[in-house]
Amino acid sequence: MTAEQAIFLFISFVILFSGYLMVTRANLVHSALFLVVALFGVAVIFVLLDAGFLAVVQVLVYIGAIAILMIFAVMLTRGNATEEQESVNTGYGWALLLSSLFAFALIVMLGQWQEIDALAPALSAERDTIVELGTALVSPDGYVIPFEVASVMLLAALIGALVVARPQKKGK
Amino acid sequence: MIPLSWFLYLAAGLFALGLYGVLARKNAIAILMGVELMLNAVNINIVAFWRYLTPQSMSGQVFAVMVFAVAAAEVAVGLALVISIYRRRKTVSADEINLMKW
Repeated sequence: MTAEQAIFLFISFVILFSGYLMVTRANLVHSALFLVVALFGVAVIFVLLDAGFLAVVQVLVYIGAIAILMIFAVMLTRGNATEEQESVNTGYGWALLLSSLFAFALIVMLGQWQEIDALAPALSAERDTIVELGTALVSPDGYVIPFEVASVMLLAALIGALVVARPQKKGK
Repeated sequence: MIPLSWFLYLAAGLFALGLYGVLARKNAIAILMGVELMLNAVNINIVAFWRYLTPQSMSGQVFAVMVFAVAAAEVAVGLALVISIYRRRKTVSADEINLMKW
């Protein structure tokens, strides 16, 4: 077993275990913190896949923005004793059955696929994938239109979130 | 060297955990967290396929960036909705948000 494989196994254990704790803890602040651990593990997985830029974006956007937003929302909506409430709804047995069936089906299907044990082709040393990614995002031959649509969507989400969460005026 | 299958199995497990979180949790914020886990599992798959099958083009990483943007927008609007609902109904339990339930 090489060092890479050992790191992968350790990190995937961390991801799956903290994901499990995230979906089972009743205390939502603990859930959010385990979500942060799982997201950080995914950033490490991106590093193992030679996608350094995505790893940095993962830490910045997911941990820096999304997880912190989650924690703020948990704190803002903490009304009457969140912790004593049941954390799962009455149909959680069906949820457990459905998700484990889903995982089982995925694993069986992956096991039947022949090329699955392919190893990664080597990236040539003179390639700079970050430069290539930037060029692909803004070049007209590449993905400039999806890029612009994504930025319009983010603006719309920003304005929409402001409008939805704004406190109501009196008399309305 | 890590075979491609390891990443795919990890992503399958993470997706199933997120699915369980979405289906079973009561709190609306916990449901959004489950959605985040599922999006991360998909991102692992996208980047792994980029690295192992088509490293010559950058499409895989571009799509992963798109997933980041969609996840950010989804969380912003979703949490705004949750906070707005909390302000009116004093609850974020998905069981009790049943005004539009048929």
